Amino acid sequence: MKISSIEDLKKIRERASVHLKPREQSDHQDSSATCGLKKGTPKIQILTCGGTGCKASQSHLIADNFKKLIAENNLEGKVEVITTGCFGFCEKGPIVKIIPDNTFYTKVKPEDAEEIFTTHIIGGKRVNRLLYVDPKRKTTVSDSKHMDFYRKQVRIALRNCGLIDPEDIVEYIARDGYFALADCLLNRSPKAVIDEIKKSGLRGRGGGGFPTGLKWEIASKNQSKEKYVVCNADEGDPGAFMDRSIMEGDPNSIVEAMAICGYAIGATHGLVYIRAEYPLAVERLKIAIKQARELGLLGKKILGTSFSFDINIRYGAGAFVCGEETALIHSMEGRRGEPTLKPPFPAESGYNGKPTNVNNVETFANVPIIINKGADWFASIGSDRSKGTKVFALAGKINNVGLIEVPMGTTLREVIFDIGGGIKGGKQFKAVQTGGPSGGCLTEKHLDTPIDFDTLTAAGSMMGSGGMIVMDEDNCMVSVARFYLDFIVGESCGKCTPCRIGNKRMLEILDKIIAGNGTMQDLDKLKTLAGVIKDTALCGLGQTSPNPVLSTLSNFWDEYVEHVRDKKCRAKQCKALLTYVINPEKCIGCHACAIGCPAGAIEGVPRKPHAIIFSKCIKCGMCMSRCKFKAVSVV
Amino acid sequence: MEKLCNSVVEKIRAICDKFGNKPGELINILHESQHTVGYLPMEVQAIIAEKLNIPVSRVYGVVTFYAFFTMVPKGKHPVSVCLGTACYVRGSEKILEEFKRTLGIDVGETTEDGRFSLDCLRCVGACGLAPVAMVGEKVYGHLNPADIKKIIKDFSQD
Repeated sequence: MKISSIEDLKKIRERASVHLKPREQSDHQDSSATCGLKKGTPKIQILTCGGTGCKASQSHLIADNFKKLIAENNLEGKVEVITTGCFGFCEKGPIVKIIPDNTFYTKVKPEDAEEIFTTHIIGGKRVNRLLYVDPKRKTTVSDSKHMDFYRKQVRIALRNCGLIDPEDIVEYIARDGYFALADCLLNRSPKAVIDEIKKSGLRGRGGGGFPTGLKWEIASKNQSKEKYVVCNADEGDPGAFMDRSIMEGDPNSIVEAMAICGYAIGATHGLVYIRAEYPLAVERLKIAIKQARELGLLGKKILGTSFSFDINIRYGAGAFVCGEETALIHSMEGRRGEPTLKPPFPAESGYNGKPTNVNNVETFANVPIIINKGADWFASIGSDRSKGTKVFALAGKINNVGLIEVPMGTTLREVIFDIGGGIKGGKQFKAVQTGGPSGGCLTEKHLDTPIDFDTLTAAGSMMGSGGMIVMDEDNCMVSVARFYLDFIVGESCGKCTPCRIGNKRMLEILDKIIAGNGTMQDLDKLKTLAGVIKDTALCGLGQTSPNPVLSTLSNFWDEYVEHVRDKKCRAKQCKALLTYVINPEKCIGCHACAIGCPAGAIEGVPRKPHAIIFSKCIKCGMCMSRCKFKAVSVV
Repeated sequence: MEKLCNSVVEKIRAICDKFGNKPGELINILHESQHTVGYLPMEVQAIIAEKLNIPVSRVYGVVTFYAFFTMVPKGKHPVSVCLGTACYVRGSEKILEEFKRTLGIDVGETTEDGRFSLDCLRCVGACGLAPVAMVGEKVYGHLNPADIKKIIKDFSQD
């Protein structure tokens, strides 16, 4: 069936909302009453997370097991399994949610399906052992509403993730999906659409923070028969998975936003440049495009208007630099992804030399809801110069690893300690890295900084695409700087000398320091080189590549000096600066370390304290991880 | 240059035809060719260059530019250790070291019997399970260096 009018769209929304309403309502309810078929609940929905993280923990088998149990008990009409996108709480995945009573089960294994089914779905009693335990209060929490992890979040870009079936366009429509596109096509001029986006204050979520409305305006003013809308889904920042989760959980929002953008700037072609390493996101996006075409929401004369728009997918092949828009365009043209000088900007001469507007996935995900709810609503959220929310992939040494969305202006402390639940294992917070390889490491003194584009830049880091990696006392900051630099050296396209050679030289200096051969002059050299690269590299990747080194140099100067002058690594991470020893008082001579040692560097007879032969030790730490008596230490 | 069998040559040609032999489709063609052959040896690149009427240097330039493309055949069980930041701060370097030692190969190499190859990848996206490694399609999370021997042993049977 083709949708040819707003009435058709409304009809679909009405029909599907019956199906979706229990899920929407339950989100705001306390899960005080438990449901169950025996207690008279007429219809139950089981939501299982189908994001990459939970799938890695076999969440698809949980769904399969539920489906099998439903079929065996002939309950097809009464109980239904829905695979949704990411719930965000990856640390506690796989997640299973029961509707209508809103029970939120964590760390569910495929074999737990049976117990949930019999006890809860049929019997109406919760399976307490699978509920979330609040680590501070030591009490069980049965719904997401009362979890610290969700309490401070405002989900706009992630509004549909974990709620709808991303492989069913009808569920998206039930959430007012494609109504923003209809509103634009039927009631607004392209200029009015651009004005609305400009007024909302939306800035590019890919890292740069360029005003989206302004970008659209520039592209719309360049006259050409052929124009392109490109979605940058080449999320290359290691440890960041915001865009992937949006594409996996709500792909239609991207399709709709690209069509809106096409209407606004006068383009009829859309291209999604997506990482080939994201098979699930690719699959879901393909399904969304196919279903949108079938319903006539993509293609010729959309909703009976004269506007035509279609989207194709282009695959990346693993190059971080392709996140830079000129490099991305070259890659889409089948070339090496090397950046070129701007101007000309893509808005003047982009894909195949035609005006091209490139936006990031999360930026697009905000567009339909801005049109639906209005620019004023969006601008009322966030900080002075950064409007709306930002999605972060919170990871590293933190209790609640996951995908979160907070209003701009939320402080790092709120994100790390309230939402993130603090540092793993009760350790000491040391640093938080934002902005990926282009960003920097912030410390204790920055914790009360409100997060927005400008404050993070002022603090020596940057917003970036939204990776947020937390580090504790066991992380060596010199090694962290080396890690990012190693990444940059591997990913530098090699076109300009400062980035290609400068970063390589910096990496060599860091290697020298980590090996215990650094000098104080090396630290000066690092600073000088970093400054030169920042000033002279060709593209954004090169210009920001020294940031991790510069920020660690300024925030962790003492640690660099310790490595150089005292030949010590306080985090006990730099192998060359460490010695492993066995405490004879704690060692019971179980021999486990000697069996595990790959270098044969441990001697000793059973039941007598063992010792490490330093000349043979390769400092792999295997003995320490195998010792159950904490007898191995590192000095 | 090693010789490819005729059926493979025909498949590569068919892939080029499918994309209209357009140079703009080079990356898509390479993706599909690698999927078919398993890797992109020089001969495959030469066929593509000829079909697309572009210099083989341009094909080679693209193949070597992108991390996803490989000119070395992968093992039967490709091992990929995640070196994304989240995994890195939770100790993935030690996991990689242990894989290197257990398999006796370096990153980018394949064991002599062709069973295992070792690679790093930037982010699996299962940061909640860090540190993570993949063997084929199977994801292993919360790894400890002591787990590696057993994982390799599990795959050594077939």
